Amino acid sequence: MSNDTLTPAPTAAAPRAAPAMPDGHSMTVRDLHAHYGDTHAIKGVSMGYAANQVTAMIGPSGCGKSTLLRCLNRMHEEIPGARAEGTVLLDETDIYARGIDVVAVRRAIGMVFQRANPFPTMSVFDNVAAGLRLNGVKGVDLHERVEVSLRGAGLWDEVKDRLGRPGIGLSGGQQQRLCIARAIAVRPRVVLMDEPCSALDPIATLKVEELIAALKRDFTIVIVTHNMQQAARVSDTTAFFYLGELVEHAPTDAIFSNPGDPRTEEYVTGKFG
Amino acid sequence: MSAALDALAPVAGRRRLTDRAMRALLWAGTLVALVPLVLVLWFLLQKGLGALSVDFFTTDPTGNFLGDPGGVRSAILGTLEIVALASAIGIPIGVGVALYLVEYGGQRWFAQAVRYFVDVMTGVPSIVFGLFVYIVLVVSGIGGSFAGWKGSVALALLMLPVVTRSAEVVLALVPDHLREAALALGAPRWKVILRIVLPTALPGLVTASLLAVARAMGETAPLLFTSAIVMGRSWDLGGRMNSLPVQIYNDVSSPNDQIVARAWGAALTLVALILLITLVARFIARRSRLA
Amino acid sequence: MEVGAVSVTAAPPPSVMERGGAARRADPLFKALLTGLAALVLVLIAFFLVFLFTKARIAFAHQGFLSFIFTNDWNPSKEIYGSWPLVAGTLITSAVALVIGVPVAVASALFITELCPRALRQPLTILVELLAAVPSVVYGLWGFYVLAPNLKGAEQVIDDKLGFLPFFGGGPIAGPNYFIAGLVLAIMILPIVSAISREVIATVPADHKEAALALGATRWEMIRTAVLPYSRAGITGGAMLGLGRAIGETIAVAIVIGQSPAIGHSLFSQGSTLAAQIVAEFGEAGSDDLHSGALIACGLVLFILTLAINGAARYLVIRAERAGRSGTRAARAPRPAGGTA
Repeated sequence: MSNDTLTPAPTAAAPRAAPAMPDGHSMTVRDLHAHYGDTHAIKGVSMGYAANQVTAMIGPSGCGKSTLLRCLNRMHEEIPGARAEGTVLLDETDIYARGIDVVAVRRAIGMVFQRANPFPTMSVFDNVAAGLRLNGVKGVDLHERVEVSLRGAGLWDEVKDRLGRPGIGLSGGQQQRLCIARAIAVRPRVVLMDEPCSALDPIATLKVEELIAALKRDFTIVIVTHNMQQAARVSDTTAFFYLGELVEHAPTDAIFSNPGDPRTEEYVTGKFG
Repeated sequence: MSAALDALAPVAGRRRLTDRAMRALLWAGTLVALVPLVLVLWFLLQKGLGALSVDFFTTDPTGNFLGDPGGVRSAILGTLEIVALASAIGIPIGVGVALYLVEYGGQRWFAQAVRYFVDVMTGVPSIVFGLFVYIVLVVSGIGGSFAGWKGSVALALLMLPVVTRSAEVVLALVPDHLREAALALGAPRWKVILRIVLPTALPGLVTASLLAVARAMGETAPLLFTSAIVMGRSWDLGGRMNSLPVQIYNDVSSPNDQIVARAWGAALTLVALILLITLVARFIARRSRLA
Repeated sequence: MEVGAVSVTAAPPPSVMERGGAARRADPLFKALLTGLAALVLVLIAFFLVFLFTKARIAFAHQGFLSFIFTNDWNPSKEIYGSWPLVAGTLITSAVALVIGVPVAVASALFITELCPRALRQPLTILVELLAAVPSVVYGLWGFYVLAPNLKGAEQVIDDKLGFLPFFGGGPIAGPNYFIAGLVLAIMILPIVSAISREVIATVPADHKEAALALGATRWEMIRTAVLPYSRAGITGGAMLGLGRAIGETIAVAIVIGQSPAIGHSLFSQGSTLAAQIVAEFGEAGSDDLHSGALIACGLVLFILTLAINGAARYLVIRAERAGRSGTRAARAPRPAGGTA
């Protein structure tokens, strides 16, 4: 079932289809390896990402969580010398299969980065419209979808009077939500977030976290975070990584109250990392 | 049909086509940029190699319009002499100005003004330098009229800003802790500069100087007004002097095929000289990465 | 020593805390020497303007300053010095150089920085830079004997087909002409425009490029949405530096433009530029103060033109590179929200 045939409802970012996989996973990774030149960054990870849930990926610096995230929409291969092998399924389609268009992969699996990165030469409106224009959305449709996306990112009321102003004129937290609006405007299936709050103050962080909770109704969300409280607050399941391997993936409550692996326990209790 | 297959449907054909077309266009643009290089080198070799001979390098131009035009010995010697003197003037001054900017000038207004005008000088057309030296040294009749050394002065003016700009970059790369270590040992500033800063930056300075030399060597316009307007045959820097670029310029529109052939030979010689210097400069730059 | 007498402890031996007079004077002397060299640059520039102006004044006085630039008649034998044909020739050839050279230079810069395999980056960069190693007079020689004769047929066809446009359709075309001069200039400005474009494009933060790719942009769409808008000012600056070069370029143009000081009928007519005409008439001007004054006035106009253009160009490039380093950017005039087209 395609979303493109439906007209956008003014209140929701996009109506969602039920997940296609019987296990309820929107994305599945099987035996994934990733390299940077000679460095083996991810060593055979397999896991699933439940549809319309928030999956957090945590672990100490260099554990491969961000690399794995970038493998999920094939941004990893943009880094010179980087390559990945294995299977990454969106529903049951391997996004690394031959004949799959990498551009389409990234349209279906959006991304929000660590540092808010609105296009500096574009206005608030144009930033959100950027991805839509690439896909040929025009005129009234465009305006509607920009508004829906800005509402979806909880930013509409704050910026509706200054849509024509430069996007980089907004505050840091607003910029990050603008980037979220830009990402959801093209109606991806999955939104990947790479430490989206690491550069934000606590109040802006709180707003983004509330937004994540609201967004999971429409999107499958994968978030990489350094901040364990944040993982505990926003996620349904949490995966702990160490030295390029998946140590444990379980409901968030279990990870933080009753971890199965001693390494996880040491990390979540702050003994290292 | 699964939702994923729908979501992963390839992008619209028009977008993919535009992408391919634009990539091809940028690739084509790069090729087009390289075509002149290939063509120039090809014709230089094709037309220039034939002109080269022992006589070409060992005889002077006769100045005859008909018959044997002679070789380019005086032009080669003239170019080497004029450029050598220009380097002896331009490089020390250029490096000196750069030293001032890095070691003493900092951000004060005087240094900023010097920096600005050095930048301005790099943009001044070489012909204007030629005119300037012509007015100051040739018209005034200091030491006769046209002379090789006056051409050197014009070329030195051209080299100075080029040397200063790149030398400033190189000198700024010398780590401050080296300077501080030497100053802490009680060495006076000038000794630190001469014994520590300059030797550390030397390879970079040599590269910068050689690139300036390569640029000056190919200049024609400043020499036309200062060194020679005739087929000079002397290699006395105090008199009129021939040089490769001026020789080529004079030979270009000659109706005598032999003279035109000599122009191609001289051009090949000049380009070979310049490429040699450029290659040496790049080699030195590659051997020593300061940072 | 009085200082030693006041001090409670024994006076330090002068050789430790004080240096001998000569050694003490060395530092300020060295500094003064270097400062003097730096001052020399400013003095030179001042000299430059004063000397050129005093020599050119006779021509400006004879003809009038505005009339010198805008009178369309350069006729030394009648002592009429209106340099408009030369100014126009300079502008025409430079325009041709920009129209042809800048797109090619920017294309090569984009290809080298954003598209080509890493292994090719360095070799391609060096090859493009090599274009700058060929001297002006050699480009002139090549343009005169290779480019002009070989392009004559094509030029004739274009001239005839576009005859309905102004500045085309001038009948039989000349070997050396504005277009050939512009083409040679395009080749000569290519390396600098390409080098500066590469530098500016390299300052586009990876953040913005990844943002575009993550939205599902193709590579070209990434260049269009993230790279080009960001580096536009810097590329413009690079193009203007190229323009400065083109305007002042002398010998190559002198050889392939025909050195005829009248505005031609078409793009494929002979003409002249300020720099080329100085070279052409310098010998004959000799001791005729007015004539050589007029040529020096041409040089002065050239100097001021390049000064203004380079100043503006440098401002654009420096601003663009600074913006690239700090990762932010002075806000542009915002487009209205509905500005779709």
